[in-house]
Amino acid sequence: MTPAIEINQVYKHFGEVTALEGVDVEINPGEFFALLGPNGAGKSTLIHILAGLTLASSGNARVMGHDVVTGYREARRLLGVVPQELVFDPFFSVRETLVIQSGYYGLKKNDAWIDEIIHHLDLADKANTNMRALSGGMKRRVLVAQALVHKPPVIVLDEPTAGVDVELRQALWRFIKQLNRDGHTIVLTTHYLEEAEALCNRVAMLKQGKVVALDSTQNLINSTSGASVRLRLSSDTLPAVLQPLLSSHDEGYCVLTVKEYSEIEGVLAALRRAQVQVLEMQLLQPDLEEVFVKIMSSTESQEVA
Amino acid sequence: MTGFYTLFHKELLRFWKVSFQTVLAPVLTTMLYLLIFSHVLEDHVQAYPGVAYTAFLIPGLVMMAVLQNAFANSSSSLIQSRVTGNIVFVLLSPLSYREIFLAYVLASVARGLMVGLGVYLVTLGFFEVPLHSFPWVLLFALLGSALLGALGIIAGIWAEKFDQLAAFQNFIILPLTFLSGVFYSIHSLPPFWQSLSHFNPFFYMIDGFRYGFFGVSDVSPYFSFAIAVTCFLAVSWLTLQMLKTGYKLRH
Repeated sequence: MTPAIEINQVYKHFGEVTALEGVDVEINPGEFFALLGPNGAGKSTLIHILAGLTLASSGNARVMGHDVVTGYREARRLLGVVPQELVFDPFFSVRETLVIQSGYYGLKKNDAWIDEIIHHLDLADKANTNMRALSGGMKRRVLVAQALVHKPPVIVLDEPTAGVDVELRQALWRFIKQLNRDGHTIVLTTHYLEEAEALCNRVAMLKQGKVVALDSTQNLINSTSGASVRLRLSSDTLPAVLQPLLSSHDEGYCVLTVKEYSEIEGVLAALRRAQVQVLEMQLLQPDLEEVFVKIMSSTESQEVA
Repeated sequence: MTGFYTLFHKELLRFWKVSFQTVLAPVLTTMLYLLIFSHVLEDHVQAYPGVAYTAFLIPGLVMMAVLQNAFANSSSSLIQSRVTGNIVFVLLSPLSYREIFLAYVLASVARGLMVGLGVYLVTLGFFEVPLHSFPWVLLFALLGSALLGALGIIAGIWAEKFDQLAAFQNFIILPLTFLSGVFYSIHSLPPFWQSLSHFNPFFYMIDGFRYGFFGVSDVSPYFSFAIAVTCFLAVSWLTLQMLKTGYKLRH
């Protein structure tokens, strides 16, 4: 099976600065893939290389088997990109913008699909409004619509929910999930890790131009050691036997980390023996954010060493 | 073809939607030049024997309007798109660099011809200008506007901000047009300036264009044609190279 996206040993230098340093990523058709990393990690540069907005210094990238440089016309037809910046052409209305964008992709009669996108993105009321008169959120919707006019099998969204209200976020994700179920491959960058965790089956984490983690979302979450339990106890002092498990203690709550949930039984037994009552108990699931913070800080210490 | 046609159509709409500024204003400006220069110089200057100065001036002004507006169209469209960032919609599309080149050049030609025709039609209401050979007129108008349209692409890509584009326009395009014999026959110049004028490609475009009206020119229209074609091919080659390599567009 041809991968939806293949990135092979991509390097990108801007003068002295190295934005990407030997990135390898392969994304299969139908995946919902997250590209995560702090600001300046190289996420957008990587997307720009895929989209042909930036040329890689070395290495290559393919969309559905088509090289983004030598086979750029085919690669771009198969790719829809929602850029991060809120850009628009002030000369045209929403519908005109979408008709023009369709034309660039060689589509003459695209009205039925344009109507459908307009409907799904709640743009119907604004279809004939000039782009200048739209709010930021509405402009964002049009950007998404523009990326979809040619029904690309691979859709890349570069921080589509930055500064967007709840309503649009939910509508947007409903629509994108629908597209994913219909077989479109989705690649997403975001700083909202709960979004990535809820939506994406696989995650790549970038740091200073390098891939520092690449795995399924579940595996990454499982990779953090064990689970945590948050307790409010009748006594302020924790039995000595439990002290090694304590990971934090504030405002009357202690958080204990265990390797597996089955160890909680032992914790409770130790508390009973010490005649300490449990007033509140909460199991804390490890989440992607925790993994992210851990991976980012551990690679940092490696580099210092 | 649809992709090219769409971009061409979009570029036409872009200037047509603001046609007061892009078509009517230059027609008015050119008419003001004509009224003032013809009033002041009519009795003092005779460029060609038997040709009134105003009649001589009109083709020059028409061609100047054609050239300046063709340049303004592609250059301002590109710099606006780049500064506001919406050039990304063209760059993301599968449009080839040749299609992008053609669309911008042809839209520039359209605006240049529209302004030129506008000036010409208005002058017909007031002055009499002979028309010796329409094909020569059309040929030079097309070549000139296409050349300036391509130069506009270069300027629009090269300039990082409006200030730099204004510099390109005011320090290169404007002097070359003003010193190309729009307002005078270069035979009236001292020998040094006369020979210097021969290095100005705009001179040949104006001179050839004027030949179409009067059947008289400073140099042979065939020679002017050859120069104009050569310049157009050279500038087009450079523009295509810039678009192909993504110079300043695809970093």
